[in-house]
Amino acid sequence: MSTETALSPNYDDAVTKKFLVASVTWGAVGMLVGVICALQLAWWPANMNIPWLTFGRLRPLHTNAVIFAFTGNFIFAGMYYSMQRLLKTRMFNDTLSQVHFWGWQAIIVAAAITLPAGMSQSKEYAELIWPIDIAIAVIWVVMAVNFFGTIAIRKVKHLYVAIWFYMSMVITIAVLHIVNSLALPASATVSYPVFSGITDALVQWWYGHNAVGFLLTTPILGLMYYFVPKTAGRPVYSYRLSILHFWGLVFLYIWAGPHHILYSSLPDWAQTTGMVFSLMLLAPSWGGMLNGLLTLRGAWDKLRTDPLLKFWVVAITFYGMSTFEGPMMSIRAVNALSHFTDWTIGHVHSGALGWVGMAAFATFYYMVPKLWNNQLYSVKAATLHFWLATIGIVLYVMAMWTAGITQGLMWRELDADGQLQYPNFMDTVLQLIPLYWIRLVGGTMYLCGLLLMAWNLVKTASGASPKDGPVQVTTAPESLPTPAK
Amino acid sequence: MADSMHRKLIESKGAVMAVLTTVAISIGGLVEIAPLYSEALGPEPMEGILPLTPLELAGRDIYVREGCYNCHSQMVRPFRDETLRYGEWTRAGEIVYDRPFQMGSRRIGPDLQRVGGKYPDAWHYEHMDDPRATSPGSIMPRYSWLKERQIDPEAVQSSMRALQTLGTPYTDEQIADAPAAIQRQGGEIVARLESSNLSAQPDDQIVALTAYLQQLGVAGRKAIQAQKDAAAALEAGTEIPASVED
Repeated sequence: MSTETALSPNYDDAVTKKFLVASVTWGAVGMLVGVICALQLAWWPANMNIPWLTFGRLRPLHTNAVIFAFTGNFIFAGMYYSMQRLLKTRMFNDTLSQVHFWGWQAIIVAAAITLPAGMSQSKEYAELIWPIDIAIAVIWVVMAVNFFGTIAIRKVKHLYVAIWFYMSMVITIAVLHIVNSLALPASATVSYPVFSGITDALVQWWYGHNAVGFLLTTPILGLMYYFVPKTAGRPVYSYRLSILHFWGLVFLYIWAGPHHILYSSLPDWAQTTGMVFSLMLLAPSWGGMLNGLLTLRGAWDKLRTDPLLKFWVVAITFYGMSTFEGPMMSIRAVNALSHFTDWTIGHVHSGALGWVGMAAFATFYYMVPKLWNNQLYSVKAATLHFWLATIGIVLYVMAMWTAGITQGLMWRELDADGQLQYPNFMDTVLQLIPLYWIRLVGGTMYLCGLLLMAWNLVKTASGASPKDGPVQVTTAPESLPTPAK
Repeated sequence: MADSMHRKLIESKGAVMAVLTTVAISIGGLVEIAPLYSEALGPEPMEGILPLTPLELAGRDIYVREGCYNCHSQMVRPFRDETLRYGEWTRAGEIVYDRPFQMGSRRIGPDLQRVGGKYPDAWHYEHMDDPRATSPGSIMPRYSWLKERQIDPEAVQSSMRALQTLGTPYTDEQIADAPAAIQRQGGEIVARLESSNLSAQPDDQIVALTAYLQQLGVAGRKAIQAQKDAAAALEAGTEIPASVED
């Protein structure tokens, strides 16, 4: 793997750079929209009475932007970078790579126009109208052809564990997206799904839960398996554990969707199946967490100086925490309290900000110096970013836990006569407003961290000489080592 | 040993890996989703549950367009506090014509599955215009533009045709009559609004949305009551012969 230390002309890194720039750019947009949404919940006039700025239209823009634009481009950047190096070959076809990149960005632009315009199918994280859905399917297939083509022309025999995880994304997202988007158009912008009622709900949450599973989880675990050993200079802790938790995850994840609609009119057996599989999911999830954290054994001292490892440790820890919280929330008695409250929002964000975001930042700080062949401009700024993001997440998640449990308890509180203690729903809303302000502060800190990173990466890429004194300059190469094997 | 088998048989063959992954991710979805299409396990419409009228359908499309589901669920759970607050819990047979479903995932505002008939039409009109007029402290956006925009009867007809193709029992006559039906039902709402000194046109978006909201959960509530009455009658019926035998 000695070829990996320098930019190899055999690899298509131009497309990797594009995806990376796109991810950071859309990440800023998507998180800014999230901050605006958070502000609107604390102070509704922030929508300025403009239809396309109302919460109902902006929230889908926020979720779609951070899932498909920020995370999507991040995964593709990390995947194109690592799979060429792991398979010791250039991507199968450069044209397909370019079509994938530009097609994906065109889809994002189309989403950014149509969602605020109120063009929506109202299925969460699948709101985009049918012509865009078709474009997603086409571009995804282009990417899949390129992906499997690259595997076919590989120069190594065995597929490294990261590739397994990428593959599970390529296959599963295609299946989920196509099935959940099956709809009959009534016009250029309006369509109706082939599923209806409770069946539509089940299909949607089979999709929704596994979009989390196979877009926000498995590909990033794949990236973890490449970038954590690279960053720490240690081999993966356990090969056997990676086999076990990979197959455990891909088999169990898909069953867990019904935990999103517990206590609905979905047949009881399906609800119970969803809950039981969600509980079982804890095992392979923690398998991944342990394999990631234990890969750092013997490298813990680097944690003090290397911001990249800090990001990874917090990312993997949040992965472990939210994959414990998730199964817990799928237990019916807990779900009865947590469902429909901000607890769910907090849970999602501990995964999205804690796991996905921190993993993305660690990956970017690793890739930009390599791709542009410069040292990271400011280690201090990266460390500040780490603390802004970490404190931001903690504020966000704590506020949402408190809000969720408060409102859930108020909804169910009965007085001595067995009547509702808070019959006016508004009473339960007004309690949350101070927590919404705290959430806004947390989210804004996280966004500021991202902007700081963007500045740092631009400086790095433009070749500015590293800023932080001789100590950091000499330790910087150590923080980006080439592992023994 | 299992490790080396994995290494030999799976990791070195991309196609095998892809096929096995596809199998692994297919089983759960098939087992959970497919049974809902069987006659025994799939939901059937309850007695009296009908497809939305053209005006209500137009209103539903506005509900979807504005993203109301982001803050309002339509799923009353079978808990005492929820049935006290909202009414009967939601049955699968009530929502069989919902495309897409609107059960939601977060109640930033209250559940709406049984909101039909809870307030007069004028309440909805004023609430959409400025939520704080009817609900002090509300954090909901104003939707005053719904008063100034109109629905397109032809678009409603294309929607009905698409839904008909998917199996919603709209007749061709109902589709042809849709523009007139919109005027009729809209006119009734406008008349009620006028009695509260509010002015509107039958095809205003605010009128369509009101029509949609005002039917939510109403037919279902009647169907559930009918089921309960029938069950009570059956119970009463079986009790009488038993006491006669005594």
